[in-house]
Amino acid sequence: MILQHIFLQILLQTPIPHDIPLPLPLPHSVLVIALIFSFLLHIIFINLMLGGSILTLWSEIKGLKNPEYDKLAYELAQTITVNKSMAVVLGIAPLLTINTLYTLYFYSANALTGLFWIAIIPLTTLAFLLTYAHKYSWNVLKDNKSLHISMIAASVVIFLFIPFIFLTNINLMLFPEKWNTISGFFEALALPNVFPRYLHFIFASLGVTGLFIFWYFGRKSFAFEEKFQSLSLYEIRRKAYSLTFSASVAQFLIGPIVLLTLPTKGISWQLILTISTGAAFAIPALFWIWKAITGQPEKIAKDFWKVTLLLTTTVVFMGSGRHLYRATALEPHQKLVAKETAKYQKEVQQAIKDANDPSKKPVVADAGEAIFTAKCSACHALDTKIVGPPVKEMVTIYEKDEKGLHDWIRKPGKKRPDYPQMPALGLSEQEIKDVATYILKQK
Amino acid sequence: MDFPIFHLDFMGDRLLIAIIAVIHVLINHGLAVGFIPLVTLLEYLGFRKAPKNEVVNVEWDNLARRLMTIAFIITTTIGAMTGVGIWLSASLVNPASIGSLIRVFYGAWFVEWLTFVTEVVLIMIYYLSWKKSNTSIEAKSKHIMFGVKLSIASWITMAIIVSILGFMMDTGSWVANKTFVSGFTNPIYLPQLMFRTPLAALMAGSIALFLTMFLTPNGSEIRRKASRVIALWMLLATPFCATAAFLYHSKIPTLMIGNLPVAVGTMDFQSWYDLLVYFIFGALFSVLVVAGITFFRPKIKIPKLLYIIPVLGMLGFAGIFERIREFIRKPYVIGNYMYSNTLRKDEYPLFKRDGLLKYATYSPVHEVTEDNKLLAGEQVFLLACSRCHTTNGINSVIEKFEDMYSLKEGEKLKPEMMKAYISHIENARYFMPPFPGNEQELDALIMYIKSIQENRVPLEGVQEKGLQLTEK
Repeated sequence: MILQHIFLQILLQTPIPHDIPLPLPLPHSVLVIALIFSFLLHIIFINLMLGGSILTLWSEIKGLKNPEYDKLAYELAQTITVNKSMAVVLGIAPLLTINTLYTLYFYSANALTGLFWIAIIPLTTLAFLLTYAHKYSWNVLKDNKSLHISMIAASVVIFLFIPFIFLTNINLMLFPEKWNTISGFFEALALPNVFPRYLHFIFASLGVTGLFIFWYFGRKSFAFEEKFQSLSLYEIRRKAYSLTFSASVAQFLIGPIVLLTLPTKGISWQLILTISTGAAFAIPALFWIWKAITGQPEKIAKDFWKVTLLLTTTVVFMGSGRHLYRATALEPHQKLVAKETAKYQKEVQQAIKDANDPSKKPVVADAGEAIFTAKCSACHALDTKIVGPPVKEMVTIYEKDEKGLHDWIRKPGKKRPDYPQMPALGLSEQEIKDVATYILKQK
Repeated sequence: MDFPIFHLDFMGDRLLIAIIAVIHVLINHGLAVGFIPLVTLLEYLGFRKAPKNEVVNVEWDNLARRLMTIAFIITTTIGAMTGVGIWLSASLVNPASIGSLIRVFYGAWFVEWLTFVTEVVLIMIYYLSWKKSNTSIEAKSKHIMFGVKLSIASWITMAIIVSILGFMMDTGSWVANKTFVSGFTNPIYLPQLMFRTPLAALMAGSIALFLTMFLTPNGSEIRRKASRVIALWMLLATPFCATAAFLYHSKIPTLMIGNLPVAVGTMDFQSWYDLLVYFIFGALFSVLVVAGITFFRPKIKIPKLLYIIPVLGMLGFAGIFERIREFIRKPYVIGNYMYSNTLRKDEYPLFKRDGLLKYATYSPVHEVTEDNKLLAGEQVFLLACSRCHTTNGINSVIEKFEDMYSLKEGEKLKPEMMKAYISHIENARYFMPPFPGNEQELDALIMYIKSIQENRVPLEGVQEKGLQLTEK
């Protein structure tokens, strides 16, 4: 009953498209797993790229007063360009897979937000070039800090804007019933849920980047003491952990808002259970972080790997929850699509049969006439010029030179300056003979 | 038919893909596939020429590293993003075709992705650990091996993608048996790969030679020696490039060859063809002259800026080949399976029988009536013409008709002529798909085309005006 009700609702609002009549390249479940994991891998590097550039900006501004923070900013800037390259290349697999699994939904959302969707390319390219310019001009511009800082500030602004485009698309694809109601990117952006999901993403980026910094600066090969004088490793680690802690606590507030603003059609007990389990894994992690930042300095790194493992588990659960919502939300529509596609394919096959039915084919007495209609009539008429000269003119030229006409049809070209070139027709010798005979009969 | 239609009515949808794709190919061939092995070779020579008790010859090593800096920054920004851009633009302009290709080539693209990841990891290791590796012989030999691995990974990414390009031109036996392997081993694959490999080497050589003139001091020994190595690299690649171009050309199916002159320019500029052939030979010739003088007569001083000629020549040469490749697959976007208007060949009998609009999911009208004729015509145009043509922009349908009928300024299009032409368009112009709809739809289309000739109202895609399914 409920499903039927949903079916009806969808039917009333947007027509049902047909799917591409080619089978999925791999079993559905394999593609789903590939999508979830490859997406998480991609988004973690996106998190690091975004979080890294925000912190670089913050640190470099702070560095105007305290040069130690300028050094910190420099070290952070080294990570952005590496993480951004990983983020882009790791984005290909989820893009490929979501295109395969949700071809109709994803591409339709893309088209509806088209100009902004394609703007991702120049915007990201510009932001990337700015991060390189920023990284490699540190010494050259050390006396022109405002210019130097504005480079990273500009790329932060771009990095903060691009997620809106992705989230708008990923949100819009879930609601085929709304495709008819929006025009252009901004209307799609204004659909409920885009902004809560955006905040969810930004805080995730800060949380992940905090963990990354904790690890990055504490590596044995990093030679921390050689690079910093007054800033201690403990201080950086405490700051990084605090960032992860506060960002994660904020997620406990934003998470429920995301869930509440999601349209009900994709919500299921399975989803609630998955998300709650994910959140539950984060609680002991937060406890250990709290203990580390309030405890003894030398013990700060004690539980780091446990924390990372737990928070990674949270991320996997959240990613699976995200997919569950999508699958549930689109299922009724996908069923309708499958039904319509099967019906349509039957029609296609029937029409092919009809067209090949010899009893329904028109009988043409003259082979030459049939060839003329098919191959010549687009450009030549009996006594008016269309594209090429009229047939009557051909007769006056070739009346006594049938072979000349054959030669011309076989290998046409350009004779008259005010007419376009005649294309090659690919006719057989017999066909050439037939059509030439037909032409010369027209007087 | 089953996707909302994105449309750019000034620049045209094809140009959007073309700009992004051409930039990508030029960077991929010129600064990655062909360039990295050359940089690795220069690095290796710098290692071999190291003075006693030192790891590298600093001048050679610096030159190789500086060349790599340029390649690194450009490939990991513009190069990487235009690669993604081909996807995004193709899925906007031609969702049905890219959607079909993905279902056939998912495996190939997945392997491609793994190679990409390897390539990106290797390029970062190779570039970012360069200076550190100069401290010991072991580290340096390892570093050079990274260059070799990176060169192989870049070549493999090209080898995979070329299969998909070849498949789009000639689907071989795939249409009949629809298996992955038959798509992958389509007949144009090897000739295309054999052509692109030396082409990439030659493009990279031209770029490296040009850059060397700016990265080394005037009259220095390093400039003379390094440019001779690069020139030799170019001279060795030229005969392979020329031979493979010929082989590739000969494999293109016969009927398509008949279209080659049209492929290179537009119908109106067929005389350009000869000029462009000269241009292709000119490019190879300029390479031979510049590389030849640099190698055999190093004492002759060529002004720095003249080294840009082979670079431009090679970029133009590569660009023209991409244009021809794009053209010869017409009238299909996927050979013998899907026409360039994204309608499948097997759907045509249905559209001819019942009309196109009946099955057009997102068309506000599904049947032509006297009242909705203009709107119906606009929809037919969107479905059947708009992937390649604009109303009054680039590759405008109006301009095509006006030129073909040699109309004078202000003269109006004649419906009967257009009807006769469009009904048999595939026989008059091999690169055009047949008209997909029924007769009423053809009349509606002609009425619409006449109206845009007179009123010049641009046609907006869904990205601007939305679906607008409820009638106005």
